[in-house]
Amino acid sequence: MSSDRGNRPAPRPAPRPASATESALRIAWVYPDLLSTYGDRGNLLILASRAARRGFPVEPVEVRSDQPLPTGADIYLLGGGEDGPQALAAQRLLADGGLHRAVDAGSVVFAVCAGYQLLGTSFYAKGAQCAGLELLDLHSDRGPSRAVGELAGTVDPRLRLATLTGFENHGGRTHLGGGSAPLAKVSVGVGNDGATEGAWRGKVLGTYAHGPALSRNPGLADLLLRWAVGVDALPRLDDGWPDRLRGERLAAVGAA
Amino acid sequence: MPLRAKVASTVSRTAAALSRAAGRGDGSVIGGWLGLKIDPELLAHLAAGRQIALVSGTNGKTTTRLATAAVGVRGEVATNSFGANMPTGHTSALAKAGATPYAVLEVDEHYLAQVIAATTPRVVALLNLSRDQLDRAKEVAMMAQLWREALRSVTDVAVIANADDPMVVWAAGTAARVTWFSAGQRWTDDSWVCPECGAHIAREPQPDGPTGAGGAAWHCTGCALRRPDPQWTVEDEGVVDPHGRWHKVELQLPGRVNVGNAATALAVAAEFGIRPEQAVVRLGEVTSVAGRYAQVQRDGRTIRLLLAKNPASWLEAFDMAAEAPTLLSINARDPDGLDTSWLFDVDFAPLRGRDVLITGDRAYDLAVRLEVNAVPFRHVPTLAEAVRTVPPGRLEVIANYTAFQDIRAELDRVL
Repeated sequence: MSSDRGNRPAPRPAPRPASATESALRIAWVYPDLLSTYGDRGNLLILASRAARRGFPVEPVEVRSDQPLPTGADIYLLGGGEDGPQALAAQRLLADGGLHRAVDAGSVVFAVCAGYQLLGTSFYAKGAQCAGLELLDLHSDRGPSRAVGELAGTVDPRLRLATLTGFENHGGRTHLGGGSAPLAKVSVGVGNDGATEGAWRGKVLGTYAHGPALSRNPGLADLLLRWAVGVDALPRLDDGWPDRLRGERLAAVGAA
Repeated sequence: MPLRAKVASTVSRTAAALSRAAGRGDGSVIGGWLGLKIDPELLAHLAAGRQIALVSGTNGKTTTRLATAAVGVRGEVATNSFGANMPTGHTSALAKAGATPYAVLEVDEHYLAQVIAATTPRVVALLNLSRDQLDRAKEVAMMAQLWREALRSVTDVAVIANADDPMVVWAAGTAARVTWFSAGQRWTDDSWVCPECGAHIAREPQPDGPTGAGGAAWHCTGCALRRPDPQWTVEDEGVVDPHGRWHKVELQLPGRVNVGNAATALAVAAEFGIRPEQAVVRLGEVTSVAGRYAQVQRDGRTIRLLLAKNPASWLEAFDMAAEAPTLLSINARDPDGLDTSWLFDVDFAPLRGRDVLITGDRAYDLAVRLEVNAVPFRHVPTLAEAVRTVPPGRLEVIANYTAFQDIRAELDRVL
């Protein structure tokens, strides 16, 4: 029986020769052994499903932290994680250098929670300041309390997306510099600092909406796919169920 | 028992009875809490003089129930298998049971050290460690570390541990004496990184497929941690004991996963000198565990209730559910955890080809998950509606915690 977790326990070796996979959309899930706490696989599955339903062949790749990062992927996904694994993931990504090369080459990066924090200049893990990847102009520190609960906000109008909805669960607070724009203005929850939520620059985008953030934000999923494919529009999908979910969640927090 | 403990024990029983009479649950928490307020040593006093087995792991209720039945060969057994699994619940269960020679207690994995200290058990069974409700629980490796510390300090306890879960094997590594069992491990996503050295854990394919009960070999690629040879294993519809003898297991509980639970229960009973031949008969008498697996007849449908409260137990429920119309119900209230992200940790593909119905407070979260998983489904507003729309025959219901309680309440009202 075909399953949607076919790549474990033996992920495909990376990198692969470009010629064999030229037509497929390559989605790399970065370090699921370190950055995968709670449903993070969902973003990979959702992107793959939305691409496949439009007839794009998809090649998902799971890259373990003891493997070199493949440079040729179209989209890189980073998930959430505890302090220790987060610090380790940042160290290994800095040493590897592959994510920087991919961003320079125009690849898309989508990161949530701990993965989002480590894209900045610095973050706190286990009481110590850690160097980040500097792919977004932001830094993170500890907040006065843990932010746990529903998160909603109005997205940067330049991205032309519907209201962001998600669930957040993080102890950090994130402060943006001028080089990155907030993803959204918070209406419910905390996000970066109670005022803004997430950040983006070029085709690098991060959010505190943790886990399978794209399940409630199909428009955001399609934005990542459009960036990856290089088109302004994609064939429409029937989003009846994600739309019902969005409606219910936003109504539940009075943000409808 | 000292006077103070006697008074506390009586108060505990009375409060539990009052709580039950007032319709506020089974009273096992409130009774124990009041008792412990009066005598903080109450659990230790109540445990004194009993031979005790503790059972801990993410999904321990069914194994506790089976072990209680098996140890029952020897005499009366106190248990909390229908109630709360923290020290207040243990206190309440022991107080309610009165003097019994034996007790089998299910212990929330966070409290294992504390309950070992209070009850000086003869046996500790360690089942599995996996993510439960991560918005409040400790991470899995930290839990394993706590178990290691707890076991390091006790020398005269028989540990029975799951050879198929690397986290459990590592946790049991500090114990003086360990008997290993293999009950398979369907959920592996919390044990790809070695808790000892941080290297990758390599696994062989499951010998009898992803839903089988046989454990797969595994080893750490960076250090010496590897699957120990289990003394108790599952083979066909039975259990092989440490002497290599096979015992047919005929359960009224569904699924290969419960044959694995039976193996653990037989291993626990063996530590009390009970032979598997004697114990196995008792296992076949267990029909339900705190309402789980219970079958209810309604309008010509046989409805079976399965509880699934975390990714590991969802995979087990798919194994237990018969090939029949299946209703999934999801809530996200406080006892469930408010976050539904875990739905994407569960692969629902085993349900493909069945008539799948969904309901519950958070049915839309599940709808999105199933659509991505390419599992066709129908949304129904209520259990009653589900019953109406499936043909006469079996209806399997898999629900998470409060959704399960809702469905039990709905069935009780009607019957």
